[in-house]
Amino acid sequence: MAKSYSNAYIFRFALIMVIIVATTLSVAFAFLKPLQDANRRIEKIMNLLQAANIPVDKDNADSLYLSHLIAEAMVDPATGEYVSIFRADGTFELGEERAFDVDMRKLVYAQRLYREGRSEDNPALPLFMIRGTEGDTLFIIPLFGRGLWGPVWGNIAVGADRNTIKGATFDHQGETPGLGAEINQRFFMDTFIGKRLFDQEGEFQSVKVVKGGVSTLPEERRIHAVDAISGGTITSDGVSEMLFDGLKSYVPFLQKAI
Amino acid sequence: MDPMNEKEPLFSPKNVRLLKQPLVKDNPITVQVLGICSALAVTVKLEPSVVISLAVIVVMGFSNVMMSIIRNITPPRIRILVMLTIIAFMVVMVDQVLKAYMYDVSRQLSVFVGLIITNCIIMGRLEAFAIANKPWPSFLDGVGNAFGYGWILVVVGFFRELLGSGTIWDINVIETPWWNLYELGYQNNGLMILPPAALIVVGVIIWVHRSKHKELLEDN
Repeated sequence: MAKSYSNAYIFRFALIMVIIVATTLSVAFAFLKPLQDANRRIEKIMNLLQAANIPVDKDNADSLYLSHLIAEAMVDPATGEYVSIFRADGTFELGEERAFDVDMRKLVYAQRLYREGRSEDNPALPLFMIRGTEGDTLFIIPLFGRGLWGPVWGNIAVGADRNTIKGATFDHQGETPGLGAEINQRFFMDTFIGKRLFDQEGEFQSVKVVKGGVSTLPEERRIHAVDAISGGTITSDGVSEMLFDGLKSYVPFLQKAI
Repeated sequence: MDPMNEKEPLFSPKNVRLLKQPLVKDNPITVQVLGICSALAVTVKLEPSVVISLAVIVVMGFSNVMMSIIRNITPPRIRILVMLTIIAFMVVMVDQVLKAYMYDVSRQLSVFVGLIITNCIIMGRLEAFAIANKPWPSFLDGVGNAFGYGWILVVVGFFRELLGSGTIWDINVIETPWWNLYELGYQNNGLMILPPAALIVVGVIIWVHRSKHKELLEDN
């Protein structure tokens, strides 16, 4: 260890090491990326189908999606009109944008810019129309928001009345295990089923995740709320916020007569 | 004895000791009290504890080997940076491979894989052992220490999940088709879910450990 090294050697050593490491990582990444993308795609499909309460696993995800998909649509947030419709047979009935290809992170960012008046462009909203197991039409709205440690996301399936929630899925990148991370558990997601987005007067209420439990709320509010996960307050608040912000843009669409 | 002797068997008593020592006698968590930070974060449930332990075993074994291979050409002045690069490289590789081939597991682990980089045990073993020893003993030392770290994590995860969530590996053991302890007034201990509970459990393990191995007791 007493051996001494010249500065030039140290620089050379560091440079070569960094180049080797960087090259190896790049090659590995380029090689693994197609597999990773395929995994993400399957996961997205599975989340959509699970929101529609369709039992699905990794292997049948693709074929189930095709057989249950009625259409992928893009909705104009101002008017609630469709600006793009993509059918399961692979053709565009209208427009040319697939809801499936929407990057939710970018969409939410664009929406924020618009809300804060920093951009003129209010982006179109992705919407999935899926035939449920009982042949009913479900509108599936993808959501994206912030948890405690990182992003949280999910899908809300709204019934044909465009008000009642028929199913929900949530997931997260790295919420606390046992606490916030429980949002992707069945017991939590299933509490959303039957909740309503609009009250008797037709006013948009969203669904709130309530700390302390739904039973602490007045009777008429309970249909717009679910129990929070104890210990997961910030994640629960993040889910509430994601639901409100995300679904609010869909109000013109949801309020349209059927 | 000539240390360069090529005929030294792969699992000579000396090498086996490298593997076994860190399991109990020189356990990184309970004796050296290293790697506590990640022990707090991942042990709320059993499953992430097990998976993170496996990931640490892989990362630690191989980064020890890599460090050992380049130990004679590494300038001591930048050795810590070299170690960091090696560990970060291994962790990113593990993360990418998991994402491609074991997607469910990688979803489970999420940010914790990245946390392996900050695990002081790995750096500690590179600095204390791999930089001065041949690759094979270094590998054994790394794997041994990772096991020593891992089994403590699994024990902590087991108790925290059992007492905090009433489940084991996500299977409910308090409320089952055959019995329901909740009806008898049993409640999950919410404290167990919070990070400080890991300290308490680790403390209890250290207590039991020292009462069994008196030679570990400090004088004062």
